[in-house]
Amino acid sequence: MYLKYALCAATALSVLGTTGAIAETITIATVNNGDMIRMQGLTDDFTAKTGHKVEWVTLEENVLRQRVTTDITTKGGQFDILTIGMYETPIWGANGWLIPLDDLSESYDIGDILPAMAGGLSYDGTLYAAPFYGESSMIMYRTDLMEKAGMEMPEAPTWEFIRKAAAAMTDRDNDVNGICLRGKAGWGEGGAFITAMSNSFGARWFDMDWNAQFDTKPWADTLNFYVGMMNESGPSGYATNGFNENLSLFQQGKCGMWIDATVAASFVTNPNDSTVADSVGFALAPDNGLGKRSNWLWAWALAIPAGTAKEAAAKQFIEWATSKDYIELVAEKEGWANVPPGARTSLYENPNYQAVPFAKMTLDSILSADPNNPTVEPVPYVGIQFAAIPEFAGIATEVSQEFSAVYAGQQTVEEALAKAQAITNDAMEAAGYR
Amino acid sequence: MSRAVTTRRKTINTVLAWSIGILIFFPILWTILTSFKTEAQAINDPPLFLFFDWTLENYAVVQERSDYMRFLWNSVIIAGGSTLIGVMIAIPAAWSMAFVPSKRTKDILLWMLSTKMLPAVGVLYPIYLIFIELGLLDTRTGLVVVIMLINLPIIVWMLYTYFKEIPGEILEAARMDGASLREEIIYVLTPMAVPGIASTILLNFILAWNEAFWTLNLTAAQAAPLTAFIASYSSPEGLFYAKLSAASTMAIAPILILGWFSQKQLVRGLTFGAVK
Repeated sequence: MYLKYALCAATALSVLGTTGAIAETITIATVNNGDMIRMQGLTDDFTAKTGHKVEWVTLEENVLRQRVTTDITTKGGQFDILTIGMYETPIWGANGWLIPLDDLSESYDIGDILPAMAGGLSYDGTLYAAPFYGESSMIMYRTDLMEKAGMEMPEAPTWEFIRKAAAAMTDRDNDVNGICLRGKAGWGEGGAFITAMSNSFGARWFDMDWNAQFDTKPWADTLNFYVGMMNESGPSGYATNGFNENLSLFQQGKCGMWIDATVAASFVTNPNDSTVADSVGFALAPDNGLGKRSNWLWAWALAIPAGTAKEAAAKQFIEWATSKDYIELVAEKEGWANVPPGARTSLYENPNYQAVPFAKMTLDSILSADPNNPTVEPVPYVGIQFAAIPEFAGIATEVSQEFSAVYAGQQTVEEALAKAQAITNDAMEAAGYR
Repeated sequence: MSRAVTTRRKTINTVLAWSIGILIFFPILWTILTSFKTEAQAINDPPLFLFFDWTLENYAVVQERSDYMRFLWNSVIIAGGSTLIGVMIAIPAAWSMAFVPSKRTKDILLWMLSTKMLPAVGVLYPIYLIFIELGLLDTRTGLVVVIMLINLPIIVWMLYTYFKEIPGEILEAARMDGASLREEIIYVLTPMAVPGIASTILLNFILAWNEAFWTLNLTAAQAAPLTAFIASYSSPEGLFYAKLSAASTMAIAPILILGWFSQKQLVRGLTFGAVK
């Protein structure tokens, strides 16, 4: 009898062993972007494959940053997976707040991740977050207006061409602005745009000794050019326009050109939301002939906070969500135009995806961005539209507020740059860099 | 002549009152209208007021994506629990300050109010660490306690103001008739201050319902109330105004209905004293 029970128990244990670990419920903090929402809708596929369930905590981007920072620094353990970006990943990885993703399975094919993405999400050569989708920035323009203006957009235009084209496309009587650009205060809004733009003018945030560089000519050239062009051809009130405001203007046919995140391409070409969906062209972000373009690089990525009790299940989820199979799954359910872009090389080798109108330009933009050498002159930091140091977000938010005040006509370029110089040097001195 | 002046004044007052009322209500009205538009209509320039293709699509999307009832239930528990516990603590506190004041009563009242001047984020980390130690993160119990403590100064102040208007002689008479302290508060003081207590409860329920700092920072998946539900519909990349408006309308609907049905009680409690 005892032998019978023992055999039953042994059989049960062996069955458990072969079916894998016990099913868990993992909690994921994320943002409300289209690709993330699509992933939430497909979670059943992950649960069916692994048995693990998923709880989603979706928050506004800034709230999410504050929330996960509080949790990770206090080891609160509220989340098993975090959605973070290229700015946070190397900093948090260096602090030991994230679990290294150096033991992902062979079938995951880590070598397929675009090198620019893998580089930006690593610290000291170790990957700390897997890219869910990546983006750069590029020009989206109205082909009909460009034609009407008698001009042709080159594949890699200069800023001078963009300024001329913007002036030619502007039609104030019909409420058409030649160009729409971010001017809203915030390090991730107008701050990101002007920093990326300044790289192409030869400007940089810091020299190799962490001294602020706002008192240099390239920064004055950048701001004067931006303000001059926007006053000539930009929409009124551009000082408060961010991504969504410009998206709305472009979709309503009120912008001739818009330079912003590559992810916007799928929005402006979607006929359900955009009135100009069938007349949008794409080009690389402009340069000034100095060897650096004004495009940025960003990725929304999935990372595991150190201290989670569900590391194995969390890794399984990351492997599922950032895999080639997941891309195939989205393509099957929602079409190739809706797959998460900018993360894997194989996606851009797929003939089905190559047929998507903005695929090539997105890849070219991502490949032309180098976060390790973002500027003409050497810099001590990594990052194109940001410097990957903890102090940057606070400093850049203040600096971008000063720049927005210029766009709103509340102060001059010289005054704003003098304040930016003082703000940055003071903060860097207080933080012990200088 | 005086009749004409009165009529003119009445008309001016009525127009002024309606204008201010509409001005205050307009953002809510606009949110409700936007919730019935498509994302493209929501950003249309010039804005569309009434003449657009009304749709319930946003509500369907929100309903499909989020477990609204769970967020709603959490809001009810957190707002209701914190208000009730707060009132139970505040009634005896306000009684002692109104009827048995000491030399320091006014100082204590002012000190209590001064705690409201502290920016909440200043104590985020200490509270978060305490919550980790006590296992209260992402629990309704934890939020009930925190929000009750945050609103307690306002509850005590409001009740103190109402109690001050009740003549002490009435309570003295009850004591002379043999009422104990507990009986004096429950059977004499509380019934006389019902309008004040009711408006205090309503106002604090609304404050707790709308609280969006602690409810966002101390919750994750289990105890998140409607404030987190709204926050989940804001997007940095992509149009979201129509869906956000639908989520906001669903979040404020219960409190609007409650406010509508209890407005007489609320106004009476806020504008009249206990014994008038």
